[in-house]
Amino acid sequence: MSETPAKSAAITGAEIFVRCLQEEGVEVVFGYPGGAVLHIYDALYRQDKIAHILVRHEQGAIHAAEGYAKSSDRCGVALVTSGPGATNAVTGIADAYMDSVPLVVFSGQVPTHLIGNDAFQEVDTVGITRPCVKHNFLVKDVKDLATTIKKAFYVATSGRPGPVLVDIPKDVTAQTAVFEYPKQIKMRSYNPTTRGHSGQIRKALELILSAKKPMLYTGGGVILGRASEALTEFTRKLGYPITNTLMGLGGYPASDRQFVGMLGMHGTYEANMGMHHADVLIAIGVRFDDRVTGNIEKFCPYAKIVHIDVDPASISKNVKVDIPIVGQVEPILREMVREMDNMPDQPDQDTLAGWWRQIEEWRAKDCLKYDRSSPIIKPQYVVQKLWELTGGDAFVTSDVGQHQMWAAQFYGFDKPNRWINSGGLGTMGVGLPFAMGAQFAHPDATVTCVTGEASIQMCIQELSTCLQYHLPIKILNLNNRYLGMVRQWQEFFYQGRYAMSYMDALPDFVKLAESYGHVGMRIEEPGDVEGAIREALALKDRLVFMDFITDQTENVYPMIPAGAGQNEMILL
Amino acid sequence: MRHIISLLLENESGALSRVSGLFSARGYNIESLTVAPTDDPSLSRMTIVTSGSEQIIEQITKQLNKLIDVVRLIDLTPHRHIEREMMLVKVKVTDNTGREEAKRLTDIFRGNIVDVSQETYVIELTGHGSKLDSFLEALQGFPVMEVVRSGVMGIARGEVALHL
Ligand SMILES: Cc1cc2nc3c(=O)[nH]c(=O)nc-3n(C[C@H](O)[C@H](O)[C@H](O)COP(=O)(O)OP(=O)(O)OC[C@H]3O[C@@H](n4cnc5c(N)ncnc54)[C@H](O)[C@@H]3O)c2cc1C
Ligand SMILES: Cc1ncc(C[n+]2csc(CCOP(=O)(O)OP(=O)(O)O)c2C)c(N)n1
Ligand SMILES: [Mg+2]
Repeated sequence: MSETPAKSAAITGAEIFVRCLQEEGVEVVFGYPGGAVLHIYDALYRQDKIAHILVRHEQGAIHAAEGYAKSSDRCGVALVTSGPGATNAVTGIADAYMDSVPLVVFSGQVPTHLIGNDAFQEVDTVGITRPCVKHNFLVKDVKDLATTIKKAFYVATSGRPGPVLVDIPKDVTAQTAVFEYPKQIKMRSYNPTTRGHSGQIRKALELILSAKKPMLYTGGGVILGRASEALTEFTRKLGYPITNTLMGLGGYPASDRQFVGMLGMHGTYEANMGMHHADVLIAIGVRFDDRVTGNIEKFCPYAKIVHIDVDPASISKNVKVDIPIVGQVEPILREMVREMDNMPDQPDQDTLAGWWRQIEEWRAKDCLKYDRSSPIIKPQYVVQKLWELTGGDAFVTSDVGQHQMWAAQFYGFDKPNRWINSGGLGTMGVGLPFAMGAQFAHPDATVTCVTGEASIQMCIQELSTCLQYHLPIKILNLNNRYLGMVRQWQEFFYQGRYAMSYMDALPDFVKLAESYGHVGMRIEEPGDVEGAIREALALKDRLVFMDFITDQTENVYPMIPAGAGQNEMILL
Repeated sequence: MRHIISLLLENESGALSRVSGLFSARGYNIESLTVAPTDDPSLSRMTIVTSGSEQIIEQITKQLNKLIDVVRLIDLTPHRHIEREMMLVKVKVTDNTGREEAKRLTDIFRGNIVDVSQETYVIELTGHGSKLDSFLEALQGFPVMEVVRSGVMGIARGEVALHL
């Protein structure tokens, strides 16, 4: 594609594919080649605007594209071949679906005339992915390719974002058509709401301003909707306490006094007690997940609820709300801030002060305390040191398990898009590829991955990708030799019968890192934690794998056991 | 409560499985589902009969609306509306009395006999589902060989209409 073809000349589907991505401003594609996408790879080879990153497993490609999207405001793009390439991608696609990550995934397909014949490397990709995509397409005619790709990016990134898959049969990439990329796309069946209903906004404000024990409960929608600035202004103006979901961390600065920490199963005492006793709940870009609500029957028994969400199906799905506002968080919060001063009633400052006194009493419990004098490395301490030494400004990815909760609890995120984890699907293995994606989106930033010795093994092959592309990620492996989260449940709820939760036969992670061409460190003493992290951060151009041998018996507190209410936490 | 929901959806391959997949994935009841292209060949019209609490019906309509292929949707239940279902029944009629009785019942229910063979009738009947049920009950004396029902179609009375 060195020369630009004349406007009317027909070009191949593969070339059209490349041109479309260029039109969309795509800079990075994560992928893995195979028979069905060879024409596409050839077209990618013959251009130099789009970088293609070769991962080591298609699951890694999707997670990397997610990490790229979650850490920035761009759409992630991945490319896989038909059959096993597509099935390997499914976990990543489902992960993106649960966490509403804007993603366009392209999969190769067998030639159209072979579809349905059990052809070599054929699977019904559109059928397999249908329940875990926002939408998907099978392109049967090269003439439809450009419009379909335009639609895919539009659907993935608008409204409630999500993954869109485009399945492209091999013959479609060889056939030719005149390339024309639509400037805009209108779909009669898809018109997401942007601005909230003004009447609802006023009604909500009236309720919000009349609150005696208000609580702001905000989530992933604030990050996805780039609304953290608007949220901060709104929250400061109100002077109300605010809690974030796991997906909403960084949406409001954690270092601010009004922030009472994460809520939910492993949320803080003050956040959960505040929720339980609130009389007005202001829910913003959240989906009332069961990890947050605990027992639905006991959820916020005294509260009237306002809910802002772009997806009408999120509203009153799990919990009936009193005042719904459908639309994008950002413009709605901006309108609320503007309207607030014109409202007849303003919050009663004495009542609010009383509510704050109560919250401070709860906060004084210091529910995240742990034994700081322990001779064994405490995982919380490692995260706390990481926070200190990175000035709270690093990109932090995590895998799934106890380490994920400690990262969420102890790394205070002051900015959005810094915290990148898997909340909805809870996919072990995401940490390293998420970090790769984040590093590609922010080549000069400090990108760290807080993981566990079990999770990291689920996509460990990507260490090879990291070497190829010189990604200086800092991996902090909180190695407790256990499927710690599983072990904790077995300790609490199965009388300590630790079925299959011990991680036996672990590799020597230092040697493993070294064999992939990286730097490995093993840290066994609490006194060495800080020095090791410092040393690792100083190795600016190397990936460093820090294997912290941590306390095997440590549990995540507080904890709301399944079936309990938010005021029924287990504390240390 | 029973609800009857009509939708217009893109007449594209896969649209039907998105709808049926939604019902199975989310565990919603589905009593019947009918679908066919409309006068506008780019659109299909689907009628779904389902049941559930108000909260579930609300979710069903929201989730259906969320599907990219769904263009318009109406829950006909709160509106005055007409419901129709078609049935074809094959009955064995071995003697004259049988034939006469079958003809008589068909007339009472305003059906038509649309196929006659030596020993069988095919009776066509259209109406509300309960009318079809009653007809089958009335036919109890006959050996019924086959029953085909179309599932329910619906349309609102008066000005209310589902169109682009
Ligand atoms: C081991 C483990 C433990 C967990 N423990 C906890 C826990 O203790 N606490 C906790 O909170 N979570 C926990 N989770 C995560 C939990 O499973 C959910 O993923 C999370 O609570 C959902 O966050 P959310 O409500 O912010 O919704 P998200 O999944 O982030 O969804 C975003 C919501 O905002 C809406 N939205 C998106 N964009 C916009 C926009 N622009 N404008 C308006 N609305 C928008 C969407 O429609 C959606 O309703 C845990 C997960 C794991 C794996
Ligand atoms: C792919 C996948 N399989 C299984 C699980 C269930 N699971 C959740 S946490 C966990 C243990 C994780 O162990 P580790 O990575 O060592 O983290 P730790 O809890 O010890 O910090 C398991 C098995 C999961 N979330 N994802
Ligand atoms: Mg572990």
